Amino acid sequence: MTIRDMVRILSARVLIGEEKLDTPVYTACCSDLMSDVLAFVDEKTVLITGLTNPHVVRTSEMLDLKCLVFARGKIPTEDILESAEEQGLVVISTKLTAFSTCGMLYEAGLRGVPVPVEWDSKEEK
Amino acid sequence: MEELFSTTYPVAQADYVTAGKASADIKRRLKQLGVGGDVLRRVAVASYEVELNLVIHSLGGELTLTVFPDAVQLVSADVGPGIRDLAMAMREGYSTANEEARSLGFGAGMGLPNMKRNADEFDIQSEYGKGTTITMRFRLS
Ligand SMILES: Nc1ncnc2c1ncn2[C@@H]1O[C@H](COP(=O)(O)OP(=O)(O)O)[C@@H](O)[C@H]1O
Ligand SMILES: [Mg+2]
Repeated sequence: MTIRDMVRILSARVLIGEEKLDTPVYTACCSDLMSDVLAFVDEKTVLITGLTNPHVVRTSEMLDLKCLVFARGKIPTEDILESAEEQGLVVISTKLTAFSTCGMLYEAGLRGVPVPVEWDSKEEK
Repeated sequence: MEELFSTTYPVAQADYVTAGKASADIKRRLKQLGVGGDVLRRVAVASYEVELNLVIHSLGGELTLTVFPDAVQLVSADVGPGIRDLAMAMREGYSTANEEARSLGFGAGMGLPNMKRNADEFDIQSEYGKGTTITMRFRLS
C-alpha cells in the first residue's frame, strides 16, 4: 500500500509531506520507546506512536523512516513539524488509538518490521 | 591511517531539547562525504544513543567524529560521574535514567548494548568519580 492508502484507512490528517503520499510502504512498527525503535528497526519503515516530542522526529531522521503516524489525534508543535519537513518525512495524525491504527493497517496488508521470534537458549527465563 | 576529517561537538548535561543535534549533524556530514546505507544507519543509531547518554547520565562531555579512509570513528568523552558497575550498565534493561529521560522515550537500558551491536569495534572505559570514554569504530568497505 501507499501512504495515501494509510491516510484513507485511518481517516488521518496529513500534517507534512502531501507531495509524498504515493510512497509505497510495506512494514510498520509501533512504540513509544525510542531506544526500542533504535534497537530493532533496520529498514525505512513507518512509525506509529503516541509521543510527540522532538526525539520522535530525530529518531526518524537517524533511521531514515518514511512516515510518522501520531495516534489518538496528537499533533506535535510547529517546530517539531518543521524539522520533520526539513528531513522530508511524511507526518500524519489519526484519531484512532495506537492499537486500532495497527490493527487496521495490518488487516489492510501492512506487516511488522521483521524481528527474530526464536528464544535464544542463553536467555534467562 | 591518515584522517580525512574530524570535528568535535560539546554536549551539555540535561539539555533535552537540543539533544540529538550533534548526531543529526554527524549523519549529514557523513552523507556529504559519500557514506551511506547500512554503515550510515549504524553510525547514526550509535551516535544518537551515545549522545543521549551524555545528556541524560553525564555531567557534560563531547562527541568527536573522525573519518578515516577505511573507517568512521566516534568518541564520547565526559567529565563524570563515571559508571560504578560497568558489567551491569552493559546489560540490556539496566537503567538509572530519570523520569524526564523516560518521558522522552529513553531510559530503557538498551543504549549501550545497541551501540555495541552496531559498531564494528566498541570500547568503554569508565572510572567512577572521573568519567566515561566510549570509542566506536565502523568499517567502511
Ligand atoms: N556517559 C555516562 N556516564 C555515566 N553513566 C552512564 C553513561 N552512559 C551510560 N551510563 C550508565 O549506564 C546505564 C545504561 O545505559 P544505556 O544502556 O544507554 O541505558 P539508558 O540510557 O536507557 O539508561 C545508564 O542508565 C547509566 O547508569
Ligand atoms: Mg542510553
